[in-house]
Amino acid sequence: MSRRIKKAFRTNEPYIFLIIIALGIVIQIRSGQFFTGNNMVDLLSAMIVPGLFAIAEFLALISGGIDVSFPALASLSAYATTKMLLDMGYEGNVLLAFVIAIAIGALLGAFNGFFIGYLNLNAMIVTLGSASIFQGFMQGALRANQLSVIPSGMKTFGTASFITATNKVNGLTSILPYTFIILVVVCAAVHFLLRYTLFGRGIYAIGGNAQSAHTAGFHVKRTKFVIYIIIGMIASASGICRVCMMQQCHPTNMLGMEMNIIAGVVLGGVALTGGAGTLTGCMLGTFLIILVQNSMILLGIPTTWSDVFVGLVIVIGVSLTALQSARSSKSKKAAAKGGA
Amino acid sequence: MAQSLLKAEHVKISFGSVHALRDVSLEILPGEIHCLAGENGCGKSTIIKIISGVYQRDGGTIEFNGQKLDRISPIDAINMGIQVIYQDFALFPNLTVAENLALNTELASRKKTVSWKNVRKIAEEAVAKINFKVDLDQKVEELSVAQKQMVAISRALMSNAKLIIMDEPTTALTKKEVSALFKIILKLKEQGIAILFISHKLNEVFEISDRFTIFRNGEMVATGSTKDLDDKKFTYYMTGREFSDQVFVARNVSENPVLELKNLSREGEFSDISFSLKRGEILGITGLLDSGRTELALAMFGLKPADSGEILKDGKAVKITNPREAISNKIGYVPEDRLSEGLFLTQSIGDNIIISEIDRLKKKNGQFDRKRRNEEVEKWVKELEIKTDNPDNPATTLSGGNQQRIVLAKWLACDLDVLILNGPTVGVDIGSKHDIHKVLQNLAGQGLGIIIISDDLPEVIQNCSRVLVIKGGKIRSEYSTQNVTEKMIIDDMM
Repeated sequence: MSRRIKKAFRTNEPYIFLIIIALGIVIQIRSGQFFTGNNMVDLLSAMIVPGLFAIAEFLALISGGIDVSFPALASLSAYATTKMLLDMGYEGNVLLAFVIAIAIGALLGAFNGFFIGYLNLNAMIVTLGSASIFQGFMQGALRANQLSVIPSGMKTFGTASFITATNKVNGLTSILPYTFIILVVVCAAVHFLLRYTLFGRGIYAIGGNAQSAHTAGFHVKRTKFVIYIIIGMIASASGICRVCMMQQCHPTNMLGMEMNIIAGVVLGGVALTGGAGTLTGCMLGTFLIILVQNSMILLGIPTTWSDVFVGLVIVIGVSLTALQSARSSKSKKAAAKGGA
Repeated sequence: MAQSLLKAEHVKISFGSVHALRDVSLEILPGEIHCLAGENGCGKSTIIKIISGVYQRDGGTIEFNGQKLDRISPIDAINMGIQVIYQDFALFPNLTVAENLALNTELASRKKTVSWKNVRKIAEEAVAKINFKVDLDQKVEELSVAQKQMVAISRALMSNAKLIIMDEPTTALTKKEVSALFKIILKLKEQGIAILFISHKLNEVFEISDRFTIFRNGEMVATGSTKDLDDKKFTYYMTGREFSDQVFVARNVSENPVLELKNLSREGEFSDISFSLKRGEILGITGLLDSGRTELALAMFGLKPADSGEILKDGKAVKITNPREAISNKIGYVPEDRLSEGLFLTQSIGDNIIISEIDRLKKKNGQFDRKRRNEEVEKWVKELEIKTDNPDNPATTLSGGNQQRIVLAKWLACDLDVLILNGPTVGVDIGSKHDIHKVLQNLAGQGLGIIIISDDLPEVIQNCSRVLVIKGGKIRSEYSTQNVTEKMIIDDMM
């Protein structure tokens, strides 16, 4: 049993978990507001959009790629969908919004996937380019500007409460919207995909060694292509969630999120080199960043300092990971020497 | 004669204008150990890729187990019972041993989902076949090279292999691991599995194989029973040249030593190392992998400086705490792993040659002197017979032997007094190996002091004037190579 714990501590997840707990306790002591129902609900609600993005990025990283285009992709598909529904005067269910956005997302993801998978181009370069294309298309061809009214179906979906929590001390009420269920469902689906399907194990295999994956009989090109389609779909769903929750559609305010998302995922122990990392780590890392961003106020630190603290968490977190891997390779070497 | 398991006849393939295989034939009998040998670039790897369905041949016929192989994919080859263990093992470093073992079987079964119970069962069966003891939950990247190879072999056995092709399986193994591998190969043979063993090390060919085939320049030059093969013939078939195997005798040895070590020590790695080297001498240093031989070399070159003791250069004590100081004292070092430590692989051959002397190649105003650079590059390409049509090509375009020559050229360009070489011919084919030895002997004749660190005993005995045997970080013995046998050295090493 102790061996299992030791093994667990060779990964990042337990450290990130402990840091989250420690930070929670510090905030609780300073403000007395951390372990309250409404703060918890607020944090979970803040987690929805970044969480979905993180899962999308996680898939890209595991396969040995990277995606920096997802905010632009999500912005484009969410904007196009909202605009289309508004122009149609659509009054019905939110479901149609998701269906349209996810379809657009799949198409845009296929664009990335074609270049990365079938033409075997560098994922970073391709997605940097496509981010620019998506953004330009939205602003140029669609003449995007802020839509302050959104279709009623999306509006009610965004405000309807799944869980409501009221803080007894100050009477503040927070709601957790139904979009949270989407995060949970996507999380569960991706976990199943990665753990229990051969397609999912193929993603890990490709991230570990694409050449071997090919000789073992995986369809490497097709798998990569499909991964980016899935990424596009998840990112677009996230975009719609964001529009619903904000009650308005702003074409540019998701842009620039990619760096913090990637940082969160890497913080959770997902390797930039591909093939290594768990969904748990990915979600914990993202949560830690959300926690720092959201708790500045509770700590009495001006929000203008938020970027500095997020940056610090990233640098410290990533250094810890690097130190740890250096330590484990050292102990491995020593063990090998001892055995010889 | 028994019916053959694999029969390839008149196989041809070309890539662009390069005829990788002109006309080769290869016949493997069921349950035999067949060795395929040849120098780098002779087409060994190409024929493997054709047999295993990675490449499609341009002409010729291949029959396997009575069936014609035509336009097959890697999966078809696996299903027919052909398994290849590549040099990099084609494993997934980020996955566990169990998953690595089971993945192919799971894929072949065309299932969509993974049952982890099943994965474990498959993995347990796989390791049981060769009695391989390993933690199935460990990640493959945490294993040693030999263990990784065992994983690859176990995996190959999972799909009812009839023929296992091993591409240079002994390259990264220690002597002990090689004999363990050979035991397993013999066991597989008992089970009726044919092994195609690719190697260019002749002692291995003699030790393990029943029959052999040798390729040269995309053609088959010889095939037959290993019993009828000897050293001389083997080398001739491989290279098309004959070599004399004279033991090196130092000429023009200087009176005073050019390099002297006095009680050099480094905590936990080596201690009390004292010896002297004269100009014109080639000194061999040998020992097991963990004997401290590499650490000693690194200390002399300042990469891992010694804690105590003295290094004397031309009779004067010098301080060597980093490579720059070593170079300014005219000491050069050719590392063990030339690919990762000795070369800028993606840079041009020319730039690789001049990198160590780049400080000297400038005009009076400090500007880089391109003309002198080109002269210098031309000189060394000629002198060391580096085979390239254009020195502006990247170093990756060269074979192992030619790459090693650039590493040499790089150092010789600096006008050295002492050159330390660690495993100078590891991974280099026989022809180039002889050429490199010739170059080193000539250099010694011109007054360079050379230290060769190697566990290739024939190499040490043939090319050095003296040999030091290191064990546990201390000098165990010193011999003149005129009257030493491999056995004596091995006894001291162990």
